Amino acid sequence: MTQTVSRPEAGAQKAPLPLDVEAIRADFPILSRTVRDGKRLVYLDSGATSQKPRSVLDAERDFYETCNAAPHRGAHQLAEEATGRYEAARATIGAFIGAPAEEIVFTRNSTEAINLVAYALSNAVTAKEEQFRRYAVGQGDEIVVTEMEHHANLVPWQQLCERTGATLRWLGLTDDGRLDLSDLATVVTERTKLVAVTQQSNILGTINPLGDIVARAHEVGALVLVDGAQSVPHQPVDVTELGADFLVFSGHKMLGPTGVGVLWGRYEVLDALPPFLTGGSMIEVVRMEGSTFMPPPQRFEAGVPMTAQVIGLAAAVEYLLALGMDRVEQHEKALTAYALAKLAEIPGVTVIGPPDTVARGGAISFTVDGVHPHDVGQVLDDLGVEVRVGHHCAWPVVRRYGVPATTRATFYVHTGYDDIDALADAVRKAQEFFGVATPVTTREAG
Amino acid sequence: MQLESMYQEIILDHYRNPHGRGLREPFEAEVHHVNPTCGDEVTLRVHLDGDRLADVSYEGMGCSISQASVSAMYDLVIGKSVPEALEAGEHFMTLMQSKGDASVAEKLEDELEDAVAFAGVSKYPARIKCALMSWMALKDAGARALSVAHPTTSTGGQNA
Repeated sequence: MTQTVSRPEAGAQKAPLPLDVEAIRADFPILSRTVRDGKRLVYLDSGATSQKPRSVLDAERDFYETCNAAPHRGAHQLAEEATGRYEAARATIGAFIGAPAEEIVFTRNSTEAINLVAYALSNAVTAKEEQFRRYAVGQGDEIVVTEMEHHANLVPWQQLCERTGATLRWLGLTDDGRLDLSDLATVVTERTKLVAVTQQSNILGTINPLGDIVARAHEVGALVLVDGAQSVPHQPVDVTELGADFLVFSGHKMLGPTGVGVLWGRYEVLDALPPFLTGGSMIEVVRMEGSTFMPPPQRFEAGVPMTAQVIGLAAAVEYLLALGMDRVEQHEKALTAYALAKLAEIPGVTVIGPPDTVARGGAISFTVDGVHPHDVGQVLDDLGVEVRVGHHCAWPVVRRYGVPATTRATFYVHTGYDDIDALADAVRKAQEFFGVATPVTTREAG
Repeated sequence: MQLESMYQEIILDHYRNPHGRGLREPFEAEVHHVNPTCGDEVTLRVHLDGDRLADVSYEGMGCSISQASVSAMYDLVIGKSVPEALEAGEHFMTLMQSKGDASVAEKLEDELEDAVAFAGVSKYPARIKCALMSWMALKDAGARALSVAHPTTSTGGQNA
């Protein structure tokens, strides 16, 4: 056991944290439960899905208890109130990213938001309305992604290319986990119709230099879709500064409910896209011979929407705004610096991704020599430390770095230094359990 | 720690010193199976002598459970007929569905030999697939090898 006692650290400095972790933890009912025979829950998997503060749960419950009705239908009082709350939530969520309400489309999650755009671009090919054909993708056109993308921002584009005969191209990665932009000008060309890129990698933590990519894409007349699933929850994002044409993100990764995601699009672009899903709510006039559609955002919201979840997401946004997104970002930066230093102290542990906090978020993926990530995760779980193991829906990334899978820790507003210490201790326990630990004396001697 | 209930010493032994590892000739069927939730992979070949499994050779990567499982399976099925091996696979499936019920493991001890040590895995739903991957691969490869050997009695093999 003496092997796991931490020594006074030169590298791992605990900078004062901008957020009051204890006060925040009290807002999250789930954090008071224990796991695996009474262990404190050390939740380091917010990158997969975040936990929810009570105010989000209350907002959903309040909607159902006081004014549940289908919005944008009916003329009764409940329908009016439900519509009012739904549209107020849209305005709140839009303001959070610097966008007007009419540019916010609600989807099921980021994945569906990306599919919405991908299908709109192929639906455009056969649209009978001239106005919907502007962004049609076909043979000879190219879609550009990066090797860093989550499957959600890769597979829909592969499928779009298969449907339309367009070609998929991609930007590669450097050995230190960054986008290789050296061939940006030859990959993004006049043939490019859309560039899809993540703002923050869900596996490497890398924050990408979107300015250069957006500038090049717009220079050649291509659209830009930014995957904000891992950035919008963790850093201030303003679409007017971003300069992109689309931004997608998921409510459940930012303290909100599951079942709601957001597609932001520049109005002019959204207005030129045909619908993805069709049915009720999104139509203007329906006749047996054919139909016309509403303007955005209603054109893209077929069927009764996820009203309670949208209202819950607005409550999550208000919670984050009360904390301050600048402070959320700084909080996670301090935790990331500490975690990188703590992991660097453990022989046999290798971080996959940028080694410091420059242009880096809080997703930390690592390998442990001699112990498969699943087995690392199992030991961590036994100690109450809940992380993600596997390829993190970014299979090309793990393949690029020559590892079968990684263990990934991700942080959020309730994460404190004690959680990181628990992680580091548990990693050492995993090494001990599988007989690959390096004795402390050897390290000090070396 | 509860870990020892899953990581029996016998499992760790198979993981560190796998039996029968490596791809060998000759073979009648080769399959590649993956566990898409985590990226574990196994390539498995089957060589029949009559209807007996003369050799099962494999390469793979993955966690200790998936790698130890294929090693223990190798020990268990060599020399068995394909139907007998598939029956052992059914027993292993029963073990994996036992949710840690010790009486199930006890009853299957003779049939499963070392593989009964995986009983603890049945308490961890996320790991059951790891343990089952090689058995699924064997079922697949066994069926294909039989369809090569007996094309007229094939039950759907592509090579018939």
